[in-house]
This record gives sequence, C-alpha cells and structure tokens, in this order.
Amino acid sequence: MQGNTACAEGALAAGCRFFGGYPITPSTEVAEHMALRLPKMGGVFIQMEDEIASIAAVIGASWTGAKAMTATSGPGFSLMMENIGYAVMTETPCVIVNVQRGGPSTGQPTLSAQGDMLQCRFGSHGDYSVIALSPASVQEMFDLTVEAFNLAERFRIPVFLMADEIIGHMRERLIIPDHVPTNQRKPYEPGSLPFRAGEDLVPGFPAFGKGYGVHVTGLTHDERGYPCATSPKLHEDLVKRLVGKVEGARGSITSCDILNPDAEMVFVSYGAPSRTVQQVLHDHPDENIGHLRLKMVWPFAEMFLSRFTNAEAFIVPEQNLGQISREIERHTDKDVVTVPKLGGDLHSPGELYAVVEDLK
Amino acid sequence: MSEEDWLRQDRLPHIFCAGCGNGTVINCTLSAVEQMGWKRQETVFVSGIGCSSRAPGYISTDSLHTTHGRALAFATGIKLANPQLNIVVFTGDGDLAAIGGNHFIHACRRNIDLTVVCLNNMIYGMTGGQGSPTTPMGGLSTTTPYGSGEPAFDLCGLATAAGANYVARWTSYHVRELTRAILTGLENPGFSFVESLVQCPTNYGRRNRFKQVADQIEYFKSHTILVEKAARMREKGEMIPPDMILAGEFVRRNRPALGVRP
Ligand SMILES: Cc1ncc(C[n+]2csc(CCOP(=O)(O)OP(=O)(O)O)c2C)c(N)n1
Repeated sequence: MQGNTACAEGALAAGCRFFGGYPITPSTEVAEHMALRLPKMGGVFIQMEDEIASIAAVIGASWTGAKAMTATSGPGFSLMMENIGYAVMTETPCVIVNVQRGGPSTGQPTLSAQGDMLQCRFGSHGDYSVIALSPASVQEMFDLTVEAFNLAERFRIPVFLMADEIIGHMRERLIIPDHVPTNQRKPYEPGSLPFRAGEDLVPGFPAFGKGYGVHVTGLTHDERGYPCATSPKLHEDLVKRLVGKVEGARGSITSCDILNPDAEMVFVSYGAPSRTVQQVLHDHPDENIGHLRLKMVWPFAEMFLSRFTNAEAFIVPEQNLGQISREIERHTDKDVVTVPKLGGDLHSPGELYAVVEDLK
Repeated sequence: MSEEDWLRQDRLPHIFCAGCGNGTVINCTLSAVEQMGWKRQETVFVSGIGCSSRAPGYISTDSLHTTHGRALAFATGIKLANPQLNIVVFTGDGDLAAIGGNHFIHACRRNIDLTVVCLNNMIYGMTGGQGSPTTPMGGLSTTTPYGSGEPAFDLCGLATAAGANYVARWTSYHVRELTRAILTGLENPGFSFVESLVQCPTNYGRRNRFKQVADQIEYFKSHTILVEKAARMREKGEMIPPDMILAGEFVRRNRPALGVRP
C-alpha cells in the first residue's frame, strides 16, 4: 500500500469522520482516499475552496465532537497557519498531515523535503506548543496517524503528521491490526466551567449541540470562555497552561527507536533519511555507530540524547539545511554534525558513511 | 422565551458604541430565531472578526467567534458534521466581502443550509474606520481621506449570482421588514443571505455628513427603494439615482442545497 493511503486508513481506524481539504501534491492521495471511504462510513468529506477554509472546516467539525483532519503540503501549510493558532487557543483537537515537498514557495511539488519542521513548531503567531510525529515507513503512516488522533484528543491540540514525499509515495506492506487503540476527548462535566482545566491542564470538551451554551473565541478568554483580552495575568496564565499541558507531558509521550546506545557516533534522524541511516547500519554493522530515530519530533525529547552516554558526536541527516540539528545543538555540548540535503533526493548510504569515516 | 432570554446577561454591558446599529440587527435576528421556535441547544451562532462579529459572544447558545473572514468556512464544517444544528452567521462587510470574499461565494455556490446576517456599516469599525469593499465611491474613511476611488461591492448581487437560495437587503431603520426577511431566511433551506445596512456613528457617520445618529437612519429611510419598484422604473427606462439603496427580496429559490437536515 502507498504511504498516503495508509495515512488515510489510519485516520479512519482512529475514528476520523470528517475530512476537509484542498488538493496539493504530494499529499493529494490522502484526500482522494478519504473521499472514497468516508461517505461509506457515515463520515463527511468536503473539498474546500482553499487550505484556510479546509482547516477552518476541520475546526468547526471538531466542535461538534467529530474527529477531524486535513492533509496538505508546504504552500497549503503556510495558508493554514493563522487557524492553527486558533485551534491552539480554542483547544480544538484536530490532525494536520503535511506531506512535505521542496520549498520555499511552489518549489519542487513532486520531490521530497523536510523544510517545514520549524514552521510546524513556530509558524503561527504567539507562543504555543504542539505535537509533531514523523513517520519513516508506510506502516508508520498508519500507526502514527492513529497516534496523532489519540494525542489530539487527549491534549485538545492540533497534532501534526510531518511526513515527506518519499514516505507518502512509498509502497510497502501494511499490516492493519484487528484492534486499534483509540481514545476520545475527555467530556465536559456540567457545572464546571468550559475552559477550567484539572491537574492535567486539559479542560473537558463541551461539544456543540449538547446545551452547554459554550462561547469559543480566539481572543484571550477566562475559564468561562469569555473574552478578556486586557488582563496581563489572565493572558500569561492561559498561554502558560496551553504550553504546559504539552511540555509537561513530554516525558510520557515522546517516542523514538534507539540502536547501539554505547556508540560514540550517533545518527539522529526522522522521516525518510532514517531509511538511509538504517541502510548504513545494515551495510556496516558497528556498535560504535548509534541511531536515535525520532518518531515524535515536537516536543523535542532531549532526554533521549543523554541515553547515548558515550556519544562524542551526533550526526543529523535532514532533507533541509539543518532544522532539527539546531534543536539538538541547544541540548548537548557534544559535536553536532549537520548533514543537509536539498533537492529531493535522499542522502546515499555512501554519503552518510563518509561522515562516519571522517569522524573516526 | 423572549429575545432577552437569548442573551448572556453576565456578559453585559457590550462593546458597541452609543448609537451603533448592530444592537438593532441582533434584536431582529433573535426575534426571528424566537419566532422559528428553535431551541437554544440546537442553535449555533458563528462569526469572524469585527464589531459585528462580537454579536455571538452576547448570545447564550453555543457560539464560535473565529478568525477574520473565515466564519463561513468554520460554519460549513459545523453544519456538515452535524446537520441537526441550526446555524446563523454574523459578519461585517469587511469580514465577509474583503478577507472572506472567497468563502462567501463558495458558501453561496454550495448553498450550504445556514443563514448569514451581514451588518454592513460600509466601514471597518473595529479597527477604527478604514475603507471597506462597501464604502461608497467618494466615501471618507481613514484610508480614503480624499474619498474612496473604488466602486463598492453589491453584496446581494454577489450572493444572487453565486447561487444563494435566499437573498434580501434592509437597513437598521426597517426593523419589521428586516426581521421578516431574516425569518424567511431561517425558514428557507439552503444558503440565506440577509444584508442590513447599519449606522456606525463613530467611524462612518461622523466622517460622512451624518452629524447625528438619527441623520443616517433618516437617510436609510429616505433613500431606500424597493426592488420591485426599481425593476418597474428600469422597464420604463427611468434612471435610478446611484445613491439609492435597493431593498427587499432579491431572490427566493430552491437550488439543490448542502447540509440540509435529513
Ligand atoms: C487576518 C487579520 N487581518 C486583519 C485583522 C484586523 N481587523 C480586525 S476587524 C477588521 C475589520 C472589521 O471590519 P468589518 O468586517 O467591516 O466589521 P465591523 O468592525 O465594521 O463590524 C480588521 C481589518 C484581523 N483581525 N485579522
């Protein structure tokens, strides 16, 4: 099965019943598969007039209680930014798939890139935190899409599946499990306040149409949901809670694969370049070459870096000019060797092994 | 229930200026909703950004105050995901026809089953009086200090051409007619568009020869011409003065609609 189709199947298995999108290469197959499947499952597919409208419709649908998602690539992702901030501020669960292609601008519509990794973290205005997952196989296009929905429901945030053209268009075997673990946003308890959070910092969800009479606004609001945009304290408390509910859970939600934790030279990768790293390790089995493969890129799990106690250098191959390398540099005093690759091709195994040889 | 029961009493006083026309149109809308017999738990008010878009915040149903221009896209998602909900969208002329213009024509084309009430004050109220796509030629605003040199949008013409099932225009002077039009819009399946011209004494009136609030309302009264009468005049080859406001029902039809309750 193709990666993009596996993503759509994962969404359906997770309980997604609303898709709003606008066609864009190389993500279009996600929309096409949802268009085929959703109506037969009692769900809704709509092709909106642009990506701003797509994410808006997804957020609207989510407020009726539906699990909702959209899929896009760079240019559409840029258009979504304002409403992504709206989803953060209004604590609306939703899933946004970005099958990345070469940018800036229209760039390379059919070729792979990972140039939107910082945009997904910081692209909307204001301070906030989100979750971004990065699949490295067709199986993970399915599994991590399910995970994206579960995390979106749990934290009431937009969750990103930051795929790339290579994984999106790759064909591999997919095993769909008989039982897919799913969860549901915590319901609102009548008598509480619609934006009052408990210990987990996540308020219960007061879906529309249940008689709660909830007011939802992107303005800074109090626990009733009422606009209150001029109190410095209220704003600070709200933004810190929105950030805190994600950052506070970092230890329990971040996930990765670790190979050869005693190695001195450690590859750190996510998405398609992980496949090249795996090839290098296959061709040159060596306990001194480690691999940290991030499945969740944001929030960044710096604690995994310190699992490599003998590490002397982290080697970071990315299909961009070093976006996650920067993040790693912030968290370690070891050498960070960024191995950027632009243009759409993967690094070759030889190219990556040459970096190891240089370090030896 | 009376219209007052639809208000969030704990959010009053509101932010509208003294003499603003928005309150009148909100009242007319709530009166129409009340006459429909809609229940609060099955009704959702949606809006974008602007003075007019603050209306849902004062209404005690579920309400979604979204981003500038995008209310119709959000509303489309709500309605399709749960067609049982009745949806009313409040929007301003800038919200609907400038930044939201594309969503507007596509919502009309889809003929999605909801009602839009556009409070057209011919100016950007919330940001302090800049020109809007409905500022008349020659109209003064902070960004058209020498008079607007651009022709204005005819929002009802736009909605009609784009496919809305019901299209009407009135003003804040015509309280009864406006309420009646909104009611017809609520009853009518598919996309209903009701435009109401409203006075904005703070940002429009003051700059455009309407010294008192009443002056602009008086103008709405004296410069309105019914759609039917305008048609008759045209047939006879008579000129309709360009500053006249065409009011009444522009279209009531039954094109296939989206999101109609099963
Ligand atoms: C993306 C974006 N651009 C600009 C603004 C600033 N802004 C807020 S309200 C508004 C215009 C309001 O005018 P209108 O829609 O006519 O509503 P009114 O306030 O007159 O009721 C603008 C430009 C914004 N909030 N978001």
